[in-house]
Amino acid sequence: MIRIALKMLFGDRGKYVMLISGITFATLLMSQGMSLFCGLMTWTFSTLRNVRAPIWVADPKVEQCNDNKPLRDTDTARVRSVDGVAWAVPLFQNLSMARMQDGTSKMLTLIGLDNNTLIGAPSRIIAGRLEDLRMPNTVILDDFGVERLSEGRDTPIGIGDVFEINDREARIVAICKTYRSFTGGPYVFTTYDRAVQYAPSQRKMLSFVLVAPQPGVTDEELAARISAQTGLAAFTHRAFTRATFMWYIRNTGIPINVGTIVIIGFIIGAVISGQTFYSFVLENTRHFAALRAMGASSGKLASMLLMQAAVVGFIGYGTGLGLVSVLGRNLLKLGKVPFLLMWQIAAIVGTAVLVIVVISAIFGIVRIIRLEPAIVFR
Amino acid sequence: MSTLGIQVTAVQKSFGRGEARTLVLKDTDFTAERGRLTMLVGPSGCGKTTLLSIIAGTLHADGGSIEVLGERLDTMNANRIAKFRAKNLGFIFQQFNLIPTLTAAENVSVPLVIQGLSNRKAERKACEALEWVGLSDHTHFLPAKMSGGQQQRVAIARALVHEPPVILCDEPTSSLDSENGRLVMELLRKATEQRDRLVLVVTHDNRTYRFADRMAEMEDGRILRVLKDQPEIGTHHPPGL
Repeated sequence: MIRIALKMLFGDRGKYVMLISGITFATLLMSQGMSLFCGLMTWTFSTLRNVRAPIWVADPKVEQCNDNKPLRDTDTARVRSVDGVAWAVPLFQNLSMARMQDGTSKMLTLIGLDNNTLIGAPSRIIAGRLEDLRMPNTVILDDFGVERLSEGRDTPIGIGDVFEINDREARIVAICKTYRSFTGGPYVFTTYDRAVQYAPSQRKMLSFVLVAPQPGVTDEELAARISAQTGLAAFTHRAFTRATFMWYIRNTGIPINVGTIVIIGFIIGAVISGQTFYSFVLENTRHFAALRAMGASSGKLASMLLMQAAVVGFIGYGTGLGLVSVLGRNLLKLGKVPFLLMWQIAAIVGTAVLVIVVISAIFGIVRIIRLEPAIVFR
Repeated sequence: MSTLGIQVTAVQKSFGRGEARTLVLKDTDFTAERGRLTMLVGPSGCGKTTLLSIIAGTLHADGGSIEVLGERLDTMNANRIAKFRAKNLGFIFQQFNLIPTLTAAENVSVPLVIQGLSNRKAERKACEALEWVGLSDHTHFLPAKMSGGQQQRVAIARALVHEPPVILCDEPTSSLDSENGRLVMELLRKATEQRDRLVLVVTHDNRTYRFADRMAEMEDGRILRVLKDQPEIGTHHPPGL
């Protein structure tokens, strides 16, 4: 019966293509929307991915890692005094403007690392040396910064080139790879003291204190201890990532926008596939009735329809997911659009497609079960 | 010696409700014997096809009893009727009802596949059945590539492939020209003579009457009379073309 079902399906080429297209389009819309959402969400906590530290200590009012509420310089020492702290170093983070030699300005995320240890330095240096950051007026620029700051230049900006941050010279000594920031500006790394000089002067300049626990102390225990003893907010890396993610979910329209795309994709897929599949069943009513008259049970006919719907769903889903992967690969090559296709997305979309094909099949099955096989004699 | 294959007693069937209710079968009695080709004839709307559908178990009667091959269809549930049909009945429809995307051999193999036979075995038997109806060189043809007569022969092969003791035909020749109609009726005659088979043909095509062993005439939902042999049939219905 399976072969008969498949030949009936493949034989009606127009309907078959339409069904596949409906599922493909739904898969494409849903997975692309969710992948963009996940990609965009990873951008929100890029600082946490680019500056690796087990524990982040911040002002008690800070809710996410892009929120800058400066601490007092003495807070680093207060954190160091908490039992179980292996090390605690200051970190500066700010949005600054880079002025190029041609007079144009570009926004960038300035990160100031601890002068002595350079803890939190980028792990993927693709040109130059991290140690050169100890030389005067030096910075490390990320690869996206090379692209952005090279706009309007004859040759790409590189090691040895100079630009200005708040009228102070910044000389590039290394190029690194980073994860893109949500604000869209490239990352520039320098030492804490130099970053403080680059940034407009404020009474308090310390953004975060990066902390590691001593052996035998868990990140969670130490974070709780720091919060309790200093009154500051202390997050483990994982907790700060989650807090940042959730903050953007709660406080921005991103989930609604993406959710709308996903729901539209689901509805379009369900409507196109359901309608086409039902029309396929209607057109084949006489043949199903003949099969019924010849002794095919309702269960056999239902399994035929389920098989047809499942095959369409499987092919459409595979095609859609393949197209999204190709699209995502090209978007990532461009580097300007967030995109993260996770297996969870594939699973969620797969489940949605399954729901679509089951709904489509159910309409057909109900029609066939209610079918009076005597219509073949009319 | 013939044995009773179909016995319908006091069957009633109506369609519609209230004032729109139409009584189609009115306490109809009907019998058909194995080893004979029985024709059910009568004017359009007299209830022939309704009676055939009830005998086939594809339509429920409002009352009366329907016995086919000694089994009461009116007391069976849908699944048992489906199994009974799959095993014991072969169907030939006016519109052939071949699945257009299946080849002739695949179409013919459908009743065997329904019974659970593997595709390969079913197709091998289907090819034998197609050979029997003279279409051994058309096994891989799609219905659209065949003439009406050829399609009806494929339908006959499909009705016979699982060797059912009863063949039910609804206007098998009405879509065919006289030559193809004759060919189809000859095949049905041949099928009747095999295996003590009961062939019941609903028709109003008087060109085919000469192939009948027995004829039941219907009018207004009742069997008007039964003509028991060819001379009697010939008396009431002079041979057609």
